[in-house]
Amino acid sequence: MKIKLLNGCEASAEGAISAGCKFYAGYPITPQNRYPEYMSERMEEIGGIFIQAESETSSINMVFGAAAAGFRSMTSSSSPGISLMQEGISYLSGCELPAVIVNMNRGGPGLGDVTPSQADYFQSTRGGGHGDYRTIVLAPWSCQEIHDYTYLAFDLADRYRNPTLVLGDGLIAQMYETVRIKPQKRRFAKKPWAINGCSGRKPNSLKSLFLTPGVLEAHNWKLASKFAKIEKREIRFEQYWCSDSSYILVSYGTCARIAKEAVQRAREEGIDIGLFRPITLWPFPYAQLREYIKNAKKILVVEMNLGQMIDDVKIAAANSSARIFFYGRPGGGIPDPDEIYREIKKK
Amino acid sequence: MKIIYQRPESLTPATNTYCPGCGHGIIQKLIAEVIDELELRTKTIAIAPVGCAVLSYNYFNFDVTEAAHGRAPAVATAIKRLLPNRIVFTYQGDGDLAAIGTAEIIHAAARGENISVFFVNNAVYGMTKGQMAPTTIPGQKTTTTINGRIPEIHGYPLRICELLSSLDGVVYLERTTTSDISGILSTKKAIKKAFLQQMENKGMSFVEILATCPTNWKKNPLESMKWVKEVMEKYYPVKVYKNPSGTEK
Repeated sequence: MKIKLLNGCEASAEGAISAGCKFYAGYPITPQNRYPEYMSERMEEIGGIFIQAESETSSINMVFGAAAAGFRSMTSSSSPGISLMQEGISYLSGCELPAVIVNMNRGGPGLGDVTPSQADYFQSTRGGGHGDYRTIVLAPWSCQEIHDYTYLAFDLADRYRNPTLVLGDGLIAQMYETVRIKPQKRRFAKKPWAINGCSGRKPNSLKSLFLTPGVLEAHNWKLASKFAKIEKREIRFEQYWCSDSSYILVSYGTCARIAKEAVQRAREEGIDIGLFRPITLWPFPYAQLREYIKNAKKILVVEMNLGQMIDDVKIAAANSSARIFFYGRPGGGIPDPDEIYREIKKK
Repeated sequence: MKIIYQRPESLTPATNTYCPGCGHGIIQKLIAEVIDELELRTKTIAIAPVGCAVLSYNYFNFDVTEAAHGRAPAVATAIKRLLPNRIVFTYQGDGDLAAIGTAEIIHAAARGENISVFFVNNAVYGMTKGQMAPTTIPGQKTTTTINGRIPEIHGYPLRICELLSSLDGVVYLERTTTSDISGILSTKKAIKKAFLQQMENKGMSFVEILATCPTNWKKNPLESMKWVKEVMEKYYPVKVYKNPSGTEK
């Protein structure tokens, strides 16, 4: 097994390559510039295709083309670029095409700044573009995890023929950690729907336009049953010390990693607290969180935004008598373990 | 008995939904005939635009994907790079290519993507019922320029062939017309040349085709063809803008 020292962009890129990604299109934007740089070299090495597009709009549509042709393909960007991609992501979902999009979330709104943020939670988990659709969202908290989850994202995208997001941030994009590289995937499911020339078969077409009355609604019901299947099968989360705690801190991504240190410290001082960490932000682990907060008196939600995932926590806690508190730092602010520890004590 | 005319294999038997006198039916048939003649049907992948021609996936009898409005050249770029032995073309209208998709077509051309582009210019937005297009001619009435396009207010039309002719990545660039039989025949020749260029792997081949839109022009089909000849061809000269080196005009 290969072990390498990589930053989050490189670790994710290697996860994509291990998963058989053959196409990358992207556009420079901080804090993930290392991603296209790294892919420009690696795609050449593995005989894949790298294209520096003229915009994120174009990047995602190139990914659409690559996915339509039946290849594992991806793009990466950061928040403002991901906003530009929403049209394409909606078409990917509408045409049921698999693709992976990595968002190294930075501060917004507008041009914001280039520091870590979680302000794109709503955009990521509610579809993001127009229409009634969802994207699978994986939120890693280390370089190892962004490697593993990028790999997993390709499998999920193919399995459900739906775009899958890996939601990192400026912190994970730029920090270096050792990463165990996954072995190269060599066996892939066939894609009989791909448009790659109709030799020996009937022509294929890919579309999201259904003008005949009733056909679009039927298509949407079909998507809905697929989304229900994903909600049933693909939930991932982690919890630390939640089983016997009356106080639960809920956080995800790098923010959860910072919060974990604060939770550990609080526990050492005798505070009865656990950490619940959703890994799939959609599908959100509602039932699992509900189970762990059954006997909780207090819930503290910590995010690097003004409070977005807290809406999902409230849905999970709908029948709970626990009081729900929020601590967040919006775009430009990164909490440290000390301040989260102080918040834990204050509530 | 000898068959002298029949539907090309590259067209499905579906009845198309284009209006009477519309240029799309003619142009799509020409493309299908050329693909049959070059025996490319099972190797061809088309990218349909947003606009009236999106429905071409019902009419072309080979692999077709839709693309978001204006993004067909980006979609085609990826497909052709990954499947270099297939024939990849985009089929785009003037709103799609010359307004919302200008970035995509210019950069695909600048990169010299080895695809063919068929650009149908009928000087109006068809599917949305007749608004001003980037190629609407000064004086032409549309639903958003009810007194005619006034350049001082609405800006000037884009001449796409002239614009793209400065780009090194485009190897073959021609504007043709469908206003009469000889124009239709030279359009077919240009389509064939575009595919042959693509088979040579030299770069982008681009054919702009002037076409009718009787419904939105509020003219009958004959008046429409006359309008293409007398008005459009004056503003948009029908000629070869760029010829691949070493080939005859």
